[in-house]
Amino acid sequence: MDLLEYQGKQLFARHGLAVSPGRAVATVDEALAAADEVGYPVVVKAQVLIGGRGKAGGVKLAADADEVREHAGNILGMDIRGHTVHTLWIEHASDIATEYYASVLLDRSAKQPLVMFSTEGGVEIEQIAKETPERLVRSHVDSLKGLDSEQALRIATEGGAEEDVRQGVADALVALYEVWDAEDATLAEINPLIVTPDRQVRALDAKVSLDGNALYRHPENQDLSDTANEDPIERRAKEQGVQYVKLDGDIGILGNGAGLVMSTLDVVARAGGSPANFLDAGGGSDAEKIKQAVDLILANDAVKAVLFNIFGGITRCDEVAKGLIAAFEEIRPSVPFVVRLDGTNDEAGRALLADAALPNVHPARTMNEAAEMVVALAAGREEAKA
Amino acid sequence: MSILIDRETRLLVAGITGKEGSFHTLNNRRYGTNVVGGVTPGKGGQDVEGIPVFDSFADAVAQTRPNTAMIFVPPRFAADSILEAAAAGVELIITITEGIPAHDELKVYNTVRRDHPGTRLIGPNCPGILSPGKANVGIIPASFFSEGNVGVVSRSGTLTYQIGNEIAQAGFGCSTIVGIGGDPVPGSSFVDVLELFEDDEQTELIVLSGEIGGSAEEEAAEYIAEHVSKPVVAYIAGFTAPPGKQMGHAGAIVSGSAGTAAAKAQALEAKGVRVGRTPTEVAELAVQMLGESSSAPVR
Repeated sequence: MDLLEYQGKQLFARHGLAVSPGRAVATVDEALAAADEVGYPVVVKAQVLIGGRGKAGGVKLAADADEVREHAGNILGMDIRGHTVHTLWIEHASDIATEYYASVLLDRSAKQPLVMFSTEGGVEIEQIAKETPERLVRSHVDSLKGLDSEQALRIATEGGAEEDVRQGVADALVALYEVWDAEDATLAEINPLIVTPDRQVRALDAKVSLDGNALYRHPENQDLSDTANEDPIERRAKEQGVQYVKLDGDIGILGNGAGLVMSTLDVVARAGGSPANFLDAGGGSDAEKIKQAVDLILANDAVKAVLFNIFGGITRCDEVAKGLIAAFEEIRPSVPFVVRLDGTNDEAGRALLADAALPNVHPARTMNEAAEMVVALAAGREEAKA
Repeated sequence: MSILIDRETRLLVAGITGKEGSFHTLNNRRYGTNVVGGVTPGKGGQDVEGIPVFDSFADAVAQTRPNTAMIFVPPRFAADSILEAAAAGVELIITITEGIPAHDELKVYNTVRRDHPGTRLIGPNCPGILSPGKANVGIIPASFFSEGNVGVVSRSGTLTYQIGNEIAQAGFGCSTIVGIGGDPVPGSSFVDVLELFEDDEQTELIVLSGEIGGSAEEEAAEYIAEHVSKPVVAYIAGFTAPPGKQMGHAGAIVSGSAGTAAAKAQALEAKGVRVGRTPTEVAELAVQMLGESSSAPVR
């Protein structure tokens, strides 16, 4: 779960990491009030979960109320690479002497947290790693012990932090680690971590990802993320506990098991089609669950045909077929469906479907055959064999 | 032979009294797995169709001498359960539970490595392990698999059944099927399981099924080039997954330009591993390579 900058900064502040005073606002009037509170000059920053905000004109300095009015008015509602700006962060502008980079992330390969620090702040980490790897310090932390100030100071020193702020950088690293640790984050990144002319170390930006599986421990973080820009179908799916990801194509996909669904998307793409979604129905076979899934898939108007790809393991295909028939009788979808049932009790399942003779439902035997059929149907070709 | 589980397996199940736990435990027992006991705090002294239930791992281990534990408890209690099993001396701990916080997985992995280096973890968020004809621990539907010479290691469940079933239909069986799970911090990685298959006499070909996220497939490619003499066929799911979106599994996410299916397939192919582009192609490649190998297939 990715957080907006201001949400990340709120977590930073909670753990003693210095950030500039600021307010999150949703209107021009609120922006003006916030600017008065935090003090001019201010920075008006678009809050969206996408990089390149500055280039897109989503970050502006404002010296007075007229400028706040102008910038806030322009940025609110702005589209930044597909993300609409609903929220602004109004922050007291910082004087910047130096920009550093700092992050803590879960290194899946080492199975330990990894702290990274560089004096090349303000540049994307991928670029630092590629262009100036010698200026990037990578240091694993023993997750059972945590990051102590000694290791943090070593990282700051090795990374080339200026001597008079080394301790300040080390303190920031320890606080950042605490954010990562205490909030169940998978990533906590500050870019840039700035040094002000009066030698204060402060987080000027925040990029935080939280582990959705750990949210039960953090009820206060439950409603973070960019809910206003969340796809409405994805939000509904989340509320219903269904694994659904909206994609750009026109072929709805349902399968059981995340790996099989990913594979189904790939096989459909190879057959020349374009998937409209990822949906993992899990082990569910009852009519209610299938109806819910079909509803979600069809809520996307772009869907022209749907592929059900079920490999029955513990889930029995005859149960899936029954669920499908019951769901179809209620929903009566207007787009064609291709249904592939394989695995446990597949013959019984296929027989049930054949007997029900649902209109516009085409049985397929294999994954590849099913993919070809659904691609043809979505393209309006009727050559699909029933 | 086979790897990890066989007729010598003595299985203890944490969460045996739950609906899922009891269903799959009894399924495993029906298959022939020797289930020696279960653990559910507060339910010691009861039994599940004759399988004795204990309050703690310590009690259960003392009385039933298990060598394998299966963890079926809800995500928020799973970490403690795994650590308890390790502390009680169980050598192989297979965690089926999905939804365990990544930080808990880190803590478990590193604690077990530090304090119980002899203990092997499989999962979490995995379907378990099946050694056809010998033992089944977990939720893999055994009916699709027969005994044979193909070793399978996979990050996903249903996809494994899909590939395994196609191999079975071509007349080939499996030595062991290992689900390592779809989470960001698996207890065992591809490399750990590849090492076991390389040393296993029964296994003649290895099928590796990976997916987007992390770099376990890239590490496997390096390892295969250096240490694996047996033929390996691979599959990678998620070519069409958009970056930044979690595709069902907690670990299945492309971060920026890292962890893509294309990069993984490329890394494997660069080391001479054949990568099938569909599950069917994987099965076909495996069958073809088995046919080419000098020894007769075990049918």
